[in-house]
Amino acid sequence: MSNSIRKWIFVLLVPIAVIGVIGSVGSGGHGVALQSANVNLSDKDSLQRGAKYYANYCMGCHSLKFSRYNRMAEDIGLNADNGFTDDQVTAFLKENLIFTRDEDGKQVKTGSLMTNAYSPKAAAEAFGTSVPDLSLVGRSRGADWIYSYLKGFYLDDSRPMGVNNTVFKDVGMPHVLADLQGYQTLAHQEGDDHGAAKLVLSKPGKLSAGEYDRVVRDLTGFLAYVSEPAQLSRKMYGILTLLFLMVLFGFAYALSKEYWKDIH
Amino acid sequence: MAAYPRKTEATGLLGWVDERFPVVQTWKDHMSEYYAPKNFNVWYYFGVLAMLVLVIQIVSGIFLTMHYKPDTGMAFASVEYIMRDVPGGWFIRYMHSTGASAFFIVVYFHMFRGIMYGSYKGKRELVWLIGMVIYLALMAEAFMGYLLPWGQMSFWGAQVIINLFNTIPFIGEGLSLFIRGDFVISDPTLNRLFAFHVAAVPMILVALVFVHIVALHTVGSNNPDGVEIKALKNEKGIPLDGIPFHPYYTVHDIPAIVVFLMAFFAVIFFAPEMGGYFLEFANFEPANPLKTPVHIAPVWYFTPFYTVLRAVTLSPFMGTLAMFGAIIMLFLLPWLDRNPVKSWRYRNTAHMLNLAIFAAVFIILGYLGVKAVTPEYKEMGVRMTEIYFLFFAVILAHSSTNRGRYLVWFVVLAGSLIAIDFWRYNPDDLVSAAQIKWQWVWPIGYLAVTLLLPFFVKGCNAEKTVPERVTS
Repeated sequence: MSNSIRKWIFVLLVPIAVIGVIGSVGSGGHGVALQSANVNLSDKDSLQRGAKYYANYCMGCHSLKFSRYNRMAEDIGLNADNGFTDDQVTAFLKENLIFTRDEDGKQVKTGSLMTNAYSPKAAAEAFGTSVPDLSLVGRSRGADWIYSYLKGFYLDDSRPMGVNNTVFKDVGMPHVLADLQGYQTLAHQEGDDHGAAKLVLSKPGKLSAGEYDRVVRDLTGFLAYVSEPAQLSRKMYGILTLLFLMVLFGFAYALSKEYWKDIH
Repeated sequence: MAAYPRKTEATGLLGWVDERFPVVQTWKDHMSEYYAPKNFNVWYYFGVLAMLVLVIQIVSGIFLTMHYKPDTGMAFASVEYIMRDVPGGWFIRYMHSTGASAFFIVVYFHMFRGIMYGSYKGKRELVWLIGMVIYLALMAEAFMGYLLPWGQMSFWGAQVIINLFNTIPFIGEGLSLFIRGDFVISDPTLNRLFAFHVAAVPMILVALVFVHIVALHTVGSNNPDGVEIKALKNEKGIPLDGIPFHPYYTVHDIPAIVVFLMAFFAVIFFAPEMGGYFLEFANFEPANPLKTPVHIAPVWYFTPFYTVLRAVTLSPFMGTLAMFGAIIMLFLLPWLDRNPVKSWRYRNTAHMLNLAIFAAVFIILGYLGVKAVTPEYKEMGVRMTEIYFLFFAVILAHSSTNRGRYLVWFVVLAGSLIAIDFWRYNPDDLVSAAQIKWQWVWPIGYLAVTLLLPFFVKGCNAEKTVPERVTS
């Protein structure tokens, strides 16, 4: 066999063997299928609505303790580029978002971390478990999980809060968005292995299904942003870096060619 | 004795230094008059890339150390502080986390290059051994660094690894207590692993890399043809197929470095988590000693050995031994592969297939290590582990092209496999018995391809003559 043929066998054999061996046993798909969140972090209006819903419905219990109010406001579009002065942003944050006070009883500054006043001990007494901080839930669970979770509450009398969740079994928290979504019931009870569990709206809330999806998408987008603020800018740096490296490659390649032209 | 004062042709400042330190001679020995074979191919870029990544890791690590706090109460928050509040902190941290994975990618390619072209042969055993010690130090460095963010996977991954020492008879309990500095993984553990990660192991790594290069430059570089270029020299004593490392390979490496950096920065800026393989999703949750994760997966570069650990269920200690044995076997390669022909280009086809299958098996072992155990995957892990170890026997069998030996080797190795299967087979355990009953095809098929094929097909056993001069 000529070496070039052997080389190709060598190169192709590795992926073929890997895929062939692993594929021989088939893949066992399990776990709940998640719905796609389709968040768009460049949609500042959506991020601002998400922040509003988060402050109104979530933040009383779930802190965002790695995030800061003013940085968050800047990132979601409450900034000079959109015609907001610093004083306006500060006033807006103090009126709508900042509910915690420092040890002197004064409202905390806009540069503070987004904590809340709910003590872990009080949470443990109320829910029998700690209430997680959600700064990083967008990374540890992912946007699709948050989206599916917020849409996955259903009535279940056996649970202390009266509800259960399709993606987070036996969750400890109540269905906080129930007045918006209403209540769902599980159509296929456990024991029916065929097909995914189906949720039907048994008691409508204030919003239609489409409107509720939008609220949940806004909330999910906001949490996805909070989990990694750098993601709003890093892709832009990536494009600039790659463009620079492409130019550099041209020069480096030409230099190498020039030196190597006398090597045979 | 050398002349006093040292003679130098250099003048000015360089002359002043050269009278006191052999700067000109060192430059000549390792750069401008180090003659490297002119036929290096793409596989030869990974050495310089590994050095580049080492520098990236040291520099980014220094900046991370300025902001990181090695304290169980503050570690996780300090990493998030770097990610959010330190200017450019996220960039430094992604450089370091991506650099860790990039290090292993380039080192695995670098090692496989050595196996393909027999770069541990011809007085190069020490180069290989030092390289293997670098690889071990790198694994220790990566493991310790992974504890520092104090996430769930940091904690539970370290729990799994440190508990391996528990399995050693008699001294195990005391040893793991000594390593942790506590009965559980806690603040002292984090502090000492931080000390090792930022001071001790990096110093050892840099020193070993230095020794690796000195040893290499003493014996001279191998090449894709496995031709010893020092055998043929011109009247000035310069190898006919050698070219000065500087400027030829220095300028040759720059485009390759740029291509590597494109991939490296593409990951940093567009996919820093790399789908959960470079930064595991579960590690974005702070460590919780009371909450065991459902699925503990180490980072991808450890997973081939993790699968070996899980495959050997004889006893926990045997599993640990198998895992470390998998690494020890690589140390022995120069003494197992006794075929005088270095490069696979001139070895027989069976050897080429052996290398390709070994690469594939290593990747499959890695894949299985990140997956949850199912009966199918469990048995496949056992079978791939068998092939992993058989590879070293087959490479010994391929030391000569005597066809009679192949048959003896096949009978012995296949016989041992069947004996192990009879011993493992338990008809009452229906699920695993069903898997044993068909997955035996992998190791037996492997032996058939590498030993029976060259026995029956003469063309697959034919070696080629190694040319005197390097080709292309």
